[in-house]
Amino acid sequence: MSKLLRRRQVVSQLLEERGDMMVIAGLGAPAWDITAAGDHDLNFPMWGAMGGATMIGLGLALAQPKKKVLVITGDGEMLMGLGSLATIAVQKPRNLYIVVLDNEHYGETGMQETHTGHGVDLAGMAKAAGFAHARNVSTQAGVARLKSMIRSGAGPLFAQVKIDAEKLPLVLPPRDATHIKNRFRIAVLGPEALHDE
Amino acid sequence: MKAVATNPPGPHWADEVHAMFKAANIRQIAIVPDAGHARLIKLCEKDKSMRVVRLTTEEEGVALLGGAWLGGEKGVLLMQSSGVGNCINLLSLSLTCQFPLLMLVTMRGDHGEFNPAQVPMGNATQAVLEAMGVIVKRADTGDEVPEMVSSAIRLAFNTYRPLAVLIGQRVSGAKDFRKLTESE
Repeated sequence: MSKLLRRRQVVSQLLEERGDMMVIAGLGAPAWDITAAGDHDLNFPMWGAMGGATMIGLGLALAQPKKKVLVITGDGEMLMGLGSLATIAVQKPRNLYIVVLDNEHYGETGMQETHTGHGVDLAGMAKAAGFAHARNVSTQAGVARLKSMIRSGAGPLFAQVKIDAEKLPLVLPPRDATHIKNRFRIAVLGPEALHDE
Repeated sequence: MKAVATNPPGPHWADEVHAMFKAANIRQIAIVPDAGHARLIKLCEKDKSMRVVRLTTEEEGVALLGGAWLGGEKGVLLMQSSGVGNCINLLSLSLTCQFPLLMLVTMRGDHGEFNPAQVPMGNATQAVLEAMGVIVKRADTGDEVPEMVSSAIRLAFNTYRPLAVLIGQRVSGAKDFRKLTESE
């Protein structure tokens, strides 16, 4: 049996006792993973917009500087938005944490290999862009350390977590994005969120 | 050939648009610079109530402003018409979530363009945006810009949809690279 970390265990662990932490998940498996850990009003699972997860995290982190924002996405999604690492590093949001679940494959399209299985080091790229905290994680102890850094440390933080390329049962979030948006905004801003202009 | 600016005397459109952003409580200013936006960008950079976010590509701005809205802040994306092409798939985020998205697009490949590479995207900008379901307003004189921006702000944030104001190349004048290399 593979000794690699298992994605849903990593995600469940990172989301335990999450408090008012807001969570963005990139399309595909990361969206199913955060839903498997428990559907939540402060979850924003994406159904598309590949390459955009980290930037949604940045806009949210700048708008709500007192609350933590955790972006959980996949290696393929991150590779499509690499420029955002430079954009985020310049803004230096202290409340933004990015976790890339790296199975080295495009899992939703037939398990084709991504660049990360061929030597591309996403955490190295984040560090070079200017992230003060950028790390590679591949052990259980590393996940525990990552969790404590997200809970009590300052961002921006980037972690590339190597995981098993396992296929898991789908756990789908609501499909109507306006529902996801509205419940998220109400949870963050209160019921008046629907009357704001 | 000399570029002809058609701005009338009086307040520059950028000053009025900046005041409108402020009045509408627009706080995140996402930019990929264009010469036509230079004055507006400077005004926003000087304004402590606004945060200018430099992007590496325009589509980052579409996602950024979706996140801003999730957190209760308004923003605007400033770009050149070539950048519209970079945004197309990400517009699905604004459309499916019904996020407000305000875009101010300075046109290239439009009025008196000298660079062949700017023409294909410039010529297609409005059609491409409309094909994606974006409402497009267009201003071809400096005078028209504030009116169109005011309309777009109301539509975007009151009806939760993407809006683009195209600022025609007549407004800022066709680019003259020799002039740009001289210091201001």
